[in-house]
Amino acid sequence: MSEQDVLREFILESTENLNRLDSEIVELEQKPADKDLLASVFRTIHTIKGTCGFLGFPLLERIAHQAENLLCLLRSGERRLSPRLVAVILECVDAIRKILANLESTETEGPDEYGDLIVRLTAAIADPDDRPDLPPVTAESAPLEIEKSSGVSESAIRVDVGLLDKLMNLVGELVLARNQVLQFSNQKEDGTLTATAQRLNLITSELQENVMKTRMQPIGVVWNKLPRLVRDTANACGKLVRLDLDGAGTELDKTIIEAIKDPLTHLVRNCCDHGIETPEDRVVGGKTQQGVISLKAYHEGGQVNIEVADDGAGVDVARIKAKALEKGLIRPEQAERMSEHEAMQLMFLPGFSTARTVTNVSGRGVGLDVVRCNIDRIGGTVDVSSAKGKGTLIRLKIPLTLAIIPGLVAASGGERFLIPQASLLELIRLEGESAGKIESVHGTPVYRRRGRLLPVAFLNRILGLESAVQDEVVNIVVLQAEDRQFGLVVDGIKDTQEIVVKPLGKQLKGLTVYSGATIMGDGRVALILDVLGIGRRSGVLADHESQNRTAAQAAAAAASDNQRMLLFRAGSFSRLALPLSLVARLEEFPQSMVERAGGHHVVQYRGGILTLVSLASVLEPGSAADAPASHDPVQAIVVADGQRSLGIIVDQILDIADEVVKVRQSTARRGLLGSAVVGKEVTDFLDLRTVVQAAAPEWLERQGQKRSAAVMLAETSAFVRGLVRGELEMAGHRVVEAASAEEALSRLDALAVDLVLAAADLPPNGFAGLRDAMRQQPKLAEIPVVELAPSAGGRDAMLGSIAQLASAVALQGAAEAVESVEGRA
Amino acid sequence: MSVAQAMQYATFVVEDLFFGIDVLRVQEVLRYQEMTRIPLAPTVAEGLINLRGQIVTALDMRRRLGLKPRSAERLPMNLVVRAEEGPVSLLVDEIGDVLQLEAADFEAAPDNLTPAARELVQGVYKLKDRLLLVLDPDRALEVNEFLDTRPAGSN
Repeated sequence: MSEQDVLREFILESTENLNRLDSEIVELEQKPADKDLLASVFRTIHTIKGTCGFLGFPLLERIAHQAENLLCLLRSGERRLSPRLVAVILECVDAIRKILANLESTETEGPDEYGDLIVRLTAAIADPDDRPDLPPVTAESAPLEIEKSSGVSESAIRVDVGLLDKLMNLVGELVLARNQVLQFSNQKEDGTLTATAQRLNLITSELQENVMKTRMQPIGVVWNKLPRLVRDTANACGKLVRLDLDGAGTELDKTIIEAIKDPLTHLVRNCCDHGIETPEDRVVGGKTQQGVISLKAYHEGGQVNIEVADDGAGVDVARIKAKALEKGLIRPEQAERMSEHEAMQLMFLPGFSTARTVTNVSGRGVGLDVVRCNIDRIGGTVDVSSAKGKGTLIRLKIPLTLAIIPGLVAASGGERFLIPQASLLELIRLEGESAGKIESVHGTPVYRRRGRLLPVAFLNRILGLESAVQDEVVNIVVLQAEDRQFGLVVDGIKDTQEIVVKPLGKQLKGLTVYSGATIMGDGRVALILDVLGIGRRSGVLADHESQNRTAAQAAAAAASDNQRMLLFRAGSFSRLALPLSLVARLEEFPQSMVERAGGHHVVQYRGGILTLVSLASVLEPGSAADAPASHDPVQAIVVADGQRSLGIIVDQILDIADEVVKVRQSTARRGLLGSAVVGKEVTDFLDLRTVVQAAAPEWLERQGQKRSAAVMLAETSAFVRGLVRGELEMAGHRVVEAASAEEALSRLDALAVDLVLAAADLPPNGFAGLRDAMRQQPKLAEIPVVELAPSAGGRDAMLGSIAQLASAVALQGAAEAVESVEGRA
Repeated sequence: MSVAQAMQYATFVVEDLFFGIDVLRVQEVLRYQEMTRIPLAPTVAEGLINLRGQIVTALDMRRRLGLKPRSAERLPMNLVVRAEEGPVSLLVDEIGDVLQLEAADFEAAPDNLTPAARELVQGVYKLKDRLLLVLDPDRALEVNEFLDTRPAGSN
């Protein structure tokens, strides 16, 4: 074993122990007399101390040593555990964890910043006066039996996750080969072959099941950290909280466990911070002082349900609406129309947070949107229900595994497609007479299913395929995406199969209608449909939505990977489009509010003055459209640039289109970039710069006669990319996106880029990883790389400074610009 | 002649153009494979093939170079190229020999090449009887969305 192996082993083992420690210490706080528990805590710290002394980590040893001394006093009964001592011990655990992290990444202990902690530790040991100053938080769950059994079990060995992944892949291949053999044996009528194939079938299925099991982990692995989290959060908020855990043994695939870790943490933290009231408020509300957060996990129909519930104040729908209005996510008249359930969905929008104050716990406007995003990504769903004053229940439905899924084989236009079973609700077959039962409502095909209208889409039309089948038989696959249902008409339905999901190459990444591909029994490739993408593309989901579409939903849509387009009408242009990422808000003003000032139409807006410009008069100067608008109320698209806003008056907002845009034809016409087919109709693309120039030329003057820069944006979150991209494009720069360091490097190689903006947490090795990789390539070494980090002035300030930086790069050249901007920062 | 100056190229033909690609980037060469077409994909992406359990995208080099499509009876060959994200197949008309070429015969691409071709060509080797265009494999694998001429959502 090399020295590095020893170190890795030490870090691995210590980290595992530390994770157990967190929940044990919190439990200990509950039952200070539990000798076994105390002994276990003591043992863990002792082991760490011993090993690091051996390996020569003085800093780590010092902290562990002091912690051990303290625990020693507790164990001998000379001192009793007080909340203050618990806090100090937990702090030690954190410090040890931090040093371990340093060791893992740099192989050094990192800076000695723990002098203060050591002093407090020593003081705590010396000072016998341990008044309980804070009531303890309880965690009522026999903390996780599974953890207890680990470590002592001699029948278990540690296996590298990489090896398990490899095994899983191989089993995937085997499943495919098995499918092929089965199909072959069905064609040949050979008894021996059939018998052998059946045997192979059985063994493969069993092997698959068992290999899957090796990757299964109990959800308790994630829950383990929650008692500590709840304790700390509750203390920070001055609340009393009990955490109930039920079903910690429920098993999930490792990749899924990883994926739900952050969302669950967010949710529990939210419950603590937003859900549970302060003890005083609770008493007033007729409840016990102590709030309860309960987590429950259980299997149901091939999925795992995870419920996060609190008995707190519940969701205040009125407050949510008010907040959404204030943030400009919805308009007043929409707020009135919204149902309670719809209003609750607003909580999941990016940038939404109802916490009255920003605490260090939550209220920063990130959280629930991240939760939904992460859960969506693994094919799960989030639902929230709440009763005011009684509490909130958030239910997650998560698939068991991602690698091998059951799918329905459907045919359309002579091709086979797979539909993930998880999205499938039912199959409807219409024959003869009833085949004509697909009716049309205002151009949208619908089917009356048990008396309710189900919007219907035709797969071959969506994909541009010829239909091979006459109309005598109609097969409708009823699907669910998000919380909507729609019918998909296919030419034929074959059977169901276990399919191994394989990703599509990067050349096909822009296609939202497929989630991957698989190899069928005959060895040919078949595409797996992405139900959400199909629904969106067909317009089934969008049409349904547009009946009660809110700008809030539109904002959420901007987070998707595609360039989303706002469609509107102005003057003689019946269909204009603007990337949604450039739109700040949509507003309606009554005519009576519009005033004239400084040669412009203006309106008082959010405590300031918003300049209005009629789009028709910009695009068709001299036409009769000098009046702000002939419509009442006036519809305006608000675009913003840092501090300033401009309202563009249009005749009507039409829709939001969601597709990869291909500008087909450029126009010489002033104010237009070109035209393209969006949603099956020819659409003109508005050139925002022309409009801004006409209405607020000073915006452009400030930027001087600058050239534009080519900026690479390396950031995982499509939402953040959209945001930054919009800002840069507004300032006239060109933007190339990359979601990972790998993608960034490969694109950089092919493109000439002036500046790279990289997220701090860019996978796999963060901002620094990308920078270092670039420095190693002579071609890329000169390109400045700037970290995309939230600035102190908030999101707007960050965006503003990015645009400024890009302009400076274009103007002065890269190196000087970065220097000057960073010098100022 | 030092090693750095001589390079080995796998050669292939697309319409009447003679191409070479760094032999180290070529994973394998296959005769025509059945493909699954990909509705709505950029037209360059001709289909998906099953390469021993791996799903590989096949890009039509004729389309990529802006040439006219090959006649239906003429089946393309697969030149499977290694890429960072896994192999990608280039559909070409014919596969030629592997040639060892001297740096002295190399020259930058002529300006009168079609724009679509010039984008992908690193340079030209002057062989005795013909010219060999050196294909930039990474550029060739980039599918430029704007090249797609199929209307979105057509039916």
